[in-house]
Amino acid sequence: MAAGVATWLPFARAAAVGWLPLAKKIMPKPPVDKKSRNDEILFVNVSGIRFQTWKNTLDRYPDTLLGSSEKEFFYNEDTQEYFFDRDPEMFRHILNFYRTGKLHYPRQECIQAFDEELAFYGIVPDIIGDCCMEEYRDRKKENQERLAEDTEAENATDTPLPPHSTSRERLWRAFENPHTSTMALVFYYVTGFFIAVSVIANVVETVPCRPLKGSKKDLPCGEKYTLAFFCMDTACVLIFTFEYLMRLFAAPSRCKFMRSVMSVIDVVAIMPYYIGLVMPENEDVSGAFVTLRVFRVFRIFKFSRHSQGLRILGYTLKSCASELGFLLFSLTMAIIIFATVMFYAEKGTKGTNFTSIPASFWYTIVTMTTLGYGDMVPNTIAGKIFGSICSLSGVLVIALPVPVIVSNFSRIYHQNQRADKMRAQQKVRLARIRLAKKGTTNAFLHYKEDGGFQDRDSDNALCLKNRSAFEHQHHHLLHCLEKTTNHEFTDELTFSEMCMTESVGYRTSRSTSISSQQGVSTSCCPRRGKRRAIRLANSTVSVSRGSIQELDTLQVHKTSAGPQRCLTLKGATRLLTIGGPPLCLSQEHC
Amino acid sequence: AVSTMWETEGLQTFGIVVVVCASLKLLHLLGLISFSEDSVEDELELSAVRHRPEALEQLEAQTRFSRKELQILYRGFKNECPSGVVNEDTFKEIYSQFFPQGDASTYAHFLFNAFDTDHNGSISFEDFVMGLSILLRGSVQEKLNWAFNLYDINKDGYITKEEMLDIIKSIYDMMGKCTYPILKEETPRQHVEIFFQKMDKNRDGVVTIDEFIDCCQNDENIMRSMQLFENVI
Repeated sequence: MAAGVATWLPFARAAAVGWLPLAKKIMPKPPVDKKSRNDEILFVNVSGIRFQTWKNTLDRYPDTLLGSSEKEFFYNEDTQEYFFDRDPEMFRHILNFYRTGKLHYPRQECIQAFDEELAFYGIVPDIIGDCCMEEYRDRKKENQERLAEDTEAENATDTPLPPHSTSRERLWRAFENPHTSTMALVFYYVTGFFIAVSVIANVVETVPCRPLKGSKKDLPCGEKYTLAFFCMDTACVLIFTFEYLMRLFAAPSRCKFMRSVMSVIDVVAIMPYYIGLVMPENEDVSGAFVTLRVFRVFRIFKFSRHSQGLRILGYTLKSCASELGFLLFSLTMAIIIFATVMFYAEKGTKGTNFTSIPASFWYTIVTMTTLGYGDMVPNTIAGKIFGSICSLSGVLVIALPVPVIVSNFSRIYHQNQRADKMRAQQKVRLARIRLAKKGTTNAFLHYKEDGGFQDRDSDNALCLKNRSAFEHQHHHLLHCLEKTTNHEFTDELTFSEMCMTESVGYRTSRSTSISSQQGVSTSCCPRRGKRRAIRLANSTVSVSRGSIQELDTLQVHKTSAGPQRCLTLKGATRLLTIGGPPLCLSQEHC
Repeated sequence: AVSTMWETEGLQTFGIVVVVCASLKLLHLLGLISFSEDSVEDELELSAVRHRPEALEQLEAQTRFSRKELQILYRGFKNECPSGVVNEDTFKEIYSQFFPQGDASTYAHFLFNAFDTDHNGSISFEDFVMGLSILLRGSVQEKLNWAFNLYDINKDGYITKEEMLDIIKSIYDMMGKCTYPILKEETPRQHVEIFFQKMDKNRDGVVTIDEFIDCCQNDENIMRSMQLFENVI
């Protein structure tokens, strides 16, 4: 149902009176309205701030939380109001939606918080009014991009390898993330070095060296030390070929790899050498072949694997593709127009440079980009006028897309910086999570050490009372798991000590307290045969004794707030160990 | 000679072909021409599945919870999952928080399948509350039925040794690696053997629901521990 239609329904029904005189058959009976039609004011208490509204207002949108019977779950009989434990500031906007029919997005709020509130109240974000829709979408997209980067950063470099990865997967990882192993790092630097060597060799071999003895002509170094350059080239190409083949072997999807830009660059960089080997030593052919050698310069692009900055530049250009396209297109149009004009303007002059329209292209380009080499100059007055118009418009056309490109670059650059910051933050966050997990485990171990499973009347009862009910229940849950598997939780230290001593029976003095209290569990292994028959028979007594005391702590005061939410799900989880008892192995109570 | 000319021509053709392809690629990159249907930018997706539970009265009738208890349950549920349903990943996340030392995801997967009675990939509030009602307020028969359903991974009515091994391994996974005594490779398998020795009366290699319920009802300890969790909510 479209929004707000519910309000108009009574009107439409009343207007049906107009059909009565024309009707062919008898009208059907109207539905009986069971509930009373009186409108009442509802009280909605959101975190202490009381809102009041008509019931009808909320009923306008029956497929949301407030408009449907779902709000009955939140009704508090004692205070006769609906209580929501949510943000009151956001609720204002939600309620305004019911009142006015338009949902507005508050600019100062976090987009995710707003989205969550909408999801909670069952409102689809698509109905945001036009006034706020653009802002909402922009921020949402920005947020999504940021989250996508986060997950990318998580999944990328520093995740540890899955334990059973083939050598092929490991090789691929070594290629993609050189920091993972020293071999990969060495290979990375070696290839970088050889790329540099190859590029420098290409450059140097065209520099003129001192001529050979007995000849006057200056030779380029490449022809003087042909053998040396050939050997260097061979070495580089061998390394590049080896690297390419290794990457091809390790790639998870070979077709995709072969189509990727970097592999194309690799191939183009090494092909000229092999073609040169295959080519016969023929003067005419090698003349044309020399042109192919220009592709060797593509080796410099292999550096983009090594340099983050080059990659950023590449991304910038890619993301500004449409602006660059626009620039190219408008420039081409302008060049053609001005070249034609200049050609016809200079046509009459004797010995002019503007021999054809394509010849005028060169002049136009040089003028529009304000280079002005001066090799082609107009002589006629008309030519000079058009020439000056050409140079003025050139400045304008080029200046237009530049700010867009600059802003794109700045955005990508900041994104990259943010990615680095995010990675650093992620490490801190992971460390904190690990610490929290260890804290929980340590709390549990201390609980056991302090005799949490003994009778309550012992002296230890005092320190036990400091733990919250949640902790008690959580520890009970973990204890049940221990009983199910008949193994105990320990901490890292003890575990590594145990591994080192390689003997299950030994315990260090530090943890003898645990063993002395648990007693029976240490003898699980030798008594395995007997246990089948006795299976929990001994634990009957301890179950009844221990469980009653445990149950005392489990009573949750129904009226108390606070950790109730955790307890709800916590309680549910404890329940889920019900799958446990039939599997319980140990002789202690569960 | 002809062959020389052909070779020269060939190289030039090759060069021209390369240049043309590169410029086409450049134009494609610049967005001036497109070869295939480029995917349109993703429009804002509709918000995720939203599920509203049945009315409070209906749930009161269908489960054995009181009105207040249902309210408490729903508030907690709704807070964790505002969309009204739990999908498997969220479920695994929630469950894993209680077992920081080990890996609870496999067991959470089995639990999820046990709760998701209509197998639509998500647990709604009704599924959740029905499951809890059986576990908390159900008769012993119902609870045992539920446990059997949990163990029977492919829901064919029989528990095989492989299914039991999977379940038990996932439980041991939750312990993590720092345990005393150190977890050995064969511990889960031995546990399965013990279980089958006890439950599989006719030694046919599978445990049926009747064998299971029979056996558990004859075992006092299991019976007593079933009473343990009644006051959890």
